[in-house]
Amino acid sequence: MAAPRRSRKGTLVAAISTIIACIAVAAVVGSSAAWPEVQHAFFNGERFANALPSVWGAFAINVQLFVFAELLILPIGLLIALARSVQAPALAPLRLFAMVYVDFFRGVPSILVIYLLGFGVPALQIPGLPKDPFFWALVTLVLIYSAYVSEVYRAGLESIHPSQERAARALGLSRIQSLRHVVIPQAFRRVIPPLLNDFIGLQKDTALVSILGVVDAFRRAQILKAADFNFTPLMTTAVIFLVITFPMTRFVDWLAARDRAAQLGEQR
Amino acid sequence: MAKRRATPVIEFRGMRKSYGSATVLHGIDLALAEHEVVCLIGASGSGKSTLLRCADLLEPIDAGSILLDGMPVSAEDSDADVKRRALGIVFQGFNLFPHMSVVENVALAPRVALGLSHDEADGRARTFLAQLGLAKKADAYPDSLSGGQQQRVAIARALATEPRVLLLDEITSALDPVLVAEVLETLRALAKSGMTMLIATHEMSFAADVADRVAYLEGGKLVEIGSAKQVLRKPKDARTKEFLRRVRSR
Repeated sequence: MAAPRRSRKGTLVAAISTIIACIAVAAVVGSSAAWPEVQHAFFNGERFANALPSVWGAFAINVQLFVFAELLILPIGLLIALARSVQAPALAPLRLFAMVYVDFFRGVPSILVIYLLGFGVPALQIPGLPKDPFFWALVTLVLIYSAYVSEVYRAGLESIHPSQERAARALGLSRIQSLRHVVIPQAFRRVIPPLLNDFIGLQKDTALVSILGVVDAFRRAQILKAADFNFTPLMTTAVIFLVITFPMTRFVDWLAARDRAAQLGEQR
Repeated sequence: MAKRRATPVIEFRGMRKSYGSATVLHGIDLALAEHEVVCLIGASGSGKSTLLRCADLLEPIDAGSILLDGMPVSAEDSDADVKRRALGIVFQGFNLFPHMSVVENVALAPRVALGLSHDEADGRARTFLAQLGLAKKADAYPDSLSGGQQQRVAIARALATEPRVLLLDEITSALDPVLVAEVLETLRALAKSGMTMLIATHEMSFAADVADRVAYLEGGKLVEIGSAKQVLRKPKDARTKEFLRRVRSR
């Protein structure tokens, strides 16, 4: 069921009103007496171009960080969600641990966790524990985002009607087999949009690694900025992040719209 | 039609079931011989669905026992999953797995629960689907099928583990009247093939036609049980008479 097509006239009106809105904002900002200075400090075309290669190079750190983190978060988040849904009384401690874990890491600011792990743990000087700040930034992001993602999974698991698991159990499948073949595959499909949404947040939070002194895109931009107090390299970083997250945000919206259409189709 | 053997395929002895303070089954005694078809009749809320769920070991019972081929079984046993493979159940609401094609729905239990290879399970599933006239729908997804076809897939799925007894819980109640006939026809064919079945149903003429025995359930008690002809035509108990009068005057 496709949404009714907007008429040609409607499209024209939308385009004109958008252009007028943009001109109005530009006029207000540009009329400020200080605009030329701000433009020079933040939106300097030449400095933007100069910063681009080195900031782009440093962005590889951010990419590595979020790719490794996402690969770890997908299974860990699911395990935590399953731990929260165990029913056996003997496994109550597991359920409690999962609950406390999720509450803690959703409640504490990311910046504090990265300080504690990135500076605190290496300071303990325990032999065998890595001191690499990249490693501790990765651990921080995995701990925090696994808590968020486990809640997404849990909502998905709970959205699958109990009659599905009952049907699987009736066929002689064990509870674990029922989860593996019937409940989780259906839940996973439903949670892809909110899951990707959390991953967009994760990708931006990779800039936290700069706190530990790792030269990622954000840190590289700060270094460039410090050389002549021009903020344009930070704008370069912003544009790079946007270029990476924009397709994903559009994709999430498209998925959500497709699911809505499918649900409407089911209700026909 | 019913060949009586010494050991019933499934037997309930004094089976009781409560939810909190509400007792739903008050000591059910019933035994099904091999190849026997028993229809459970009774108003909604009389305990038919609960009886079938307990029989399928999906719900633990509070007292009494269930015997499968003479061996006591319980939903609380660690091997209840294994025992459940000898029991097939079909629900009123089909409960097909929407993310799997028809043949995958039917092949799932043979592959995962019985440990057949992918090809063996697929072959077995297609055989059962062909038997039920669904060979052409094997690769379709459940939501593209009619209600009657979905319910027949659910029957094929329950048969795929080759159960000793098939439990059917008002499987035509959620169907449009025009689709009921095809499902009942499937059950008639199964009865003829010698499948042991315990069928909860509101279709009295179907019960008269297919059942060896009919049991009337009211308030969680088996009020009357006897041959289909006797219970449906000449009920002895006043409560059975009243129920049948109300059903037929609809």
